[in-house]
Amino acid sequence: MAQSLDRLKESPSQTAGPYVHIGLTPNFCGIAGVYASDLGAAMVNDKTKGERIGLRVRVLDGTGTPLKDALVEIWQADAAGLYNSPAEMRGAADPNFLGWGRCPTDMETGLCAFETIKPGRVPFRDGRLMAPHITLWIVARGINLGLHTRLYFSDEEKANAEDPILARIEHRVRVPTLIAERQSDTYVFDVHLQGEKETVFFDS
Amino acid sequence: MPADPGSNLTPETGAFFQRDRTWHPPALTPNYKSSVLRSPQKALLSFDNTLSEIAGPVFGHAMLGELDADLIHNFARPGESAIGERIIVHGRVLDERGVGVPGVLIEFWQANAGGRYRHKKDGYLAPLDPNFGGCGRTITGEDGFYAFRTVKPGPYPWPNGPNDWRPAHIHFSVFGHGFAQRLITQMYFEGDPLIWKCPIVRGIADRAAIEALTALLDTQATIPMDALAYKFDIVLRGRRSSLFENRLEGN
Repeated sequence: MAQSLDRLKESPSQTAGPYVHIGLTPNFCGIAGVYASDLGAAMVNDKTKGERIGLRVRVLDGTGTPLKDALVEIWQADAAGLYNSPAEMRGAADPNFLGWGRCPTDMETGLCAFETIKPGRVPFRDGRLMAPHITLWIVARGINLGLHTRLYFSDEEKANAEDPILARIEHRVRVPTLIAERQSDTYVFDVHLQGEKETVFFDS
Repeated sequence: MPADPGSNLTPETGAFFQRDRTWHPPALTPNYKSSVLRSPQKALLSFDNTLSEIAGPVFGHAMLGELDADLIHNFARPGESAIGERIIVHGRVLDERGVGVPGVLIEFWQANAGGRYRHKKDGYLAPLDPNFGGCGRTITGEDGFYAFRTVKPGPYPWPNGPNDWRPAHIHFSVFGHGFAQRLITQMYFEGDPLIWKCPIVRGIADRAAIEALTALLDTQATIPMDALAYKFDIVLRGRRSSLFENRLEGN
């Protein structure tokens, strides 16, 4: 008899359900006075370094209807490409930028708006630079396990062309599903849960 | 928000163990109708974690308010408290290696004792409790321990099949140390017969996985003449040692 690996199993995921706001953005759904503000609502302050950008994200179901009860979290590096995280060993990130934000989709329009900065480039495992990108994590009623994907930028064509993750997408016609379109200072990004334009989701 | 200034944790930088997607519910679970049009159908893009997945935000204990982990009082009028069975929920956040995970932000939310959520989309007959908001949060201590106080949520009917009821449950949102550990799940209560009838729960194929979401009554942690206790451990993805990882191609 050999030894045991003695491993536990990850807790299985369950949907965030339709009332995710109560737990994660209580002020947004009218539960005032428990927390001073909703966590992740503000990402930048006037000392944050980098180019200010807006993100307009929608999450669309298999009929093309925007979800009005989803919640999106984003995670990104600072303007110099450093993460504000203990796992970041290359240097200290901008102390005025956590790099994490949270936004529920609007209950009428389905729109999620983030005010943030454009991230710098972060190295891939082999040292090559990845194109600037923002990680997205999406939960909602009907989503059994949080969906992980990335937002890349339409005005970073050269960097996108050499990005090692984008390069792994076998069906090249799907690459544009990860690229947000620049409209003045704002990037517009539709996440399609299903259908011809289904976003490339990750298992990483 | 920077890490706790007093923190002396040694950062780990290894990639996370791959997720066992046969253990989680699949994206499409047709008996849970909302999943039908919200489930991706194409193959996922698999890759070993990059720094974007290995890194994650850290939240310091300083952000917590005094009543954040006390749902009986954090929305109640002064001197009043929420109605229902008073319970303590406690346990540890571990990773798949069995190691306690400190500094983990846990956020929880739930219906009141009658099974009603304080949310404009919930129109269930059961009344709102004016002293119950339904949200709380805490951060795990050094060995991954956490605890909070609340009332036991009631089961409730929901529009799915013509007569579907959710078992009593508390929603948990958990941050690990890396963004790839991010997890939302639900805690169920030992002995609830509705667990095995619920289309959301039954999206999980393995009975042992469902049991892993079922908290046990813990009479040793009960506070006599005050509150029952339930023990609920949460397991996040484990991670590799980064000691022998090649940093550069060809090394």
